[in-house]
Amino acid sequence: MGKRTPLYDMHVSHGAKMVDFGGWDMPINYGSQIQEHHVVRNDAGMFDVSHMTIVDLNGDKVRDFLRYLLANNVDRLKDKGKALYSCMLTEQGTVIDDLIVYYVDDNFFRMVVNSSTREKDLDWINKQAKDFDITVTVRDELTMIAVQGPNARAKAHRALGEDTAAQVKDTAVFFITFANDNTMGEIAVARTGYTGEDGYEIMLPKEYASTFWAKLAEQEVTPCGLGARDTLRLEAGMNLYGSDMDETTTPLEAALTWTIAWEPADRDFIGRAVLDKQREKGADRKLVGLVLEDKGVLRNHQKVFVDGLEAGEITSGSFSPTVGKAIAFARVTSNIGDTCKVDIRGKQLSAKVVKPPFARSGKSCI
Amino acid sequence: MSNIPTDLRYTKTHEWIARNDDGTLTIGITEHAQGLLGDMVFVEVPEEGTTFQEGDDSAVVESVKAASDVYSPVDGEVTEGNEALADAPEMINSDPFGDGWIYKIKPEDDGAFDGLMDADAYKEIIDSEDD
Repeated sequence: MGKRTPLYDMHVSHGAKMVDFGGWDMPINYGSQIQEHHVVRNDAGMFDVSHMTIVDLNGDKVRDFLRYLLANNVDRLKDKGKALYSCMLTEQGTVIDDLIVYYVDDNFFRMVVNSSTREKDLDWINKQAKDFDITVTVRDELTMIAVQGPNARAKAHRALGEDTAAQVKDTAVFFITFANDNTMGEIAVARTGYTGEDGYEIMLPKEYASTFWAKLAEQEVTPCGLGARDTLRLEAGMNLYGSDMDETTTPLEAALTWTIAWEPADRDFIGRAVLDKQREKGADRKLVGLVLEDKGVLRNHQKVFVDGLEAGEITSGSFSPTVGKAIAFARVTSNIGDTCKVDIRGKQLSAKVVKPPFARSGKSCI
Repeated sequence: MSNIPTDLRYTKTHEWIARNDDGTLTIGITEHAQGLLGDMVFVEVPEEGTTFQEGDDSAVVESVKAASDVYSPVDGEVTEGNEALADAPEMINSDPFGDGWIYKIKPEDDGAFDGLMDADAYKEIIDSEDD
């Protein structure tokens, strides 16, 4: 038996198909993954993401610490509440994890990191934090529910009730707002997500997880599983840690160059020396998008060929419900052109090389 | 609980087999199997004239989750593939024992059907999986 989130019983009673996901028993779908996918693109869906790890960092030197810890630069966060997506790197410039960091106050930043990397992340953060006198607090008493889709915010406001909604409704894109809810106490509402749609990620005390989930359901927010979450993020051009990048790849090899803050050049962050060199020389490999032109489905680890020679492999592949074709990310040689072949069970099928996203805000971009 | 029609025969790898009046057999995957696999997005059906031995990979059904082989329940030659699945693979989800059939095969041994597992035996297999 795996670890269970506070919503486990809720999932099972609503007919979810439960699977093991990095040691957690999580819903893969509640019936149809494709329907759940479309609901998020067209209306509003909710995801139990309480397996993810919320880490609060407190201390006078917390900004200095994060300037050193992360490849992106927290000095880009000028306004309280603003969020930043970043990689956390090894000394070799490879990716330990990707995460979102929220600037809450001058001595308080909140980070949300992946569940599969929890222990190594916490070890790394604690190790680096020593020199900065930072208090690292894992907020396991909180749970997180993502409400995503064009109607997600309006429905979440109704589920939160008038008083709380009034406190959070003006939250701008990629910001977090802390609110005091009459019942739940302190909650945090972030206008972030992993679907390519508008919406919130709501952090609340875990004892209220089921009642809040039920309130969202009353507002006709559809429960969605990790299956739909994966196809939504893939369409939206968002990487998955462990599939698209890990400790064998640098951000430059994972289409994450945009998350590296090169300026100011004198900012020393972990992994910088290696990345500077790779940037100057050019990376041999890169992560691209593929759209299958023939019939079939792209899957993780299928090999990519150009002119009969192996040129890389698929890191995340699936059928895209929005595009209606198979799509993928593939790590390939940097000189790849506009087309390639993918080996699917011994057949070489044609694919187009594209720049993700494949779909966003309800529509295909292909 | 999954629907398991009693007039069909089954395999432990979740194919169903129907006997047609012309002696051919129709092959599909069971309601239980489609439920495990999830939404179908692509089906590779065998071409007419292809010959299989019992247990050969005879077709591929791909759901959002994974690609799965469909195994030939008998020795024989394919007489027809369900071409409609190319545009509507979801028929395997909506009507696994009907419109979602995958191919028809002429068995080498006319008695092959009678040697296959019946509904009660298949139900026992599913029940043991659920434990």
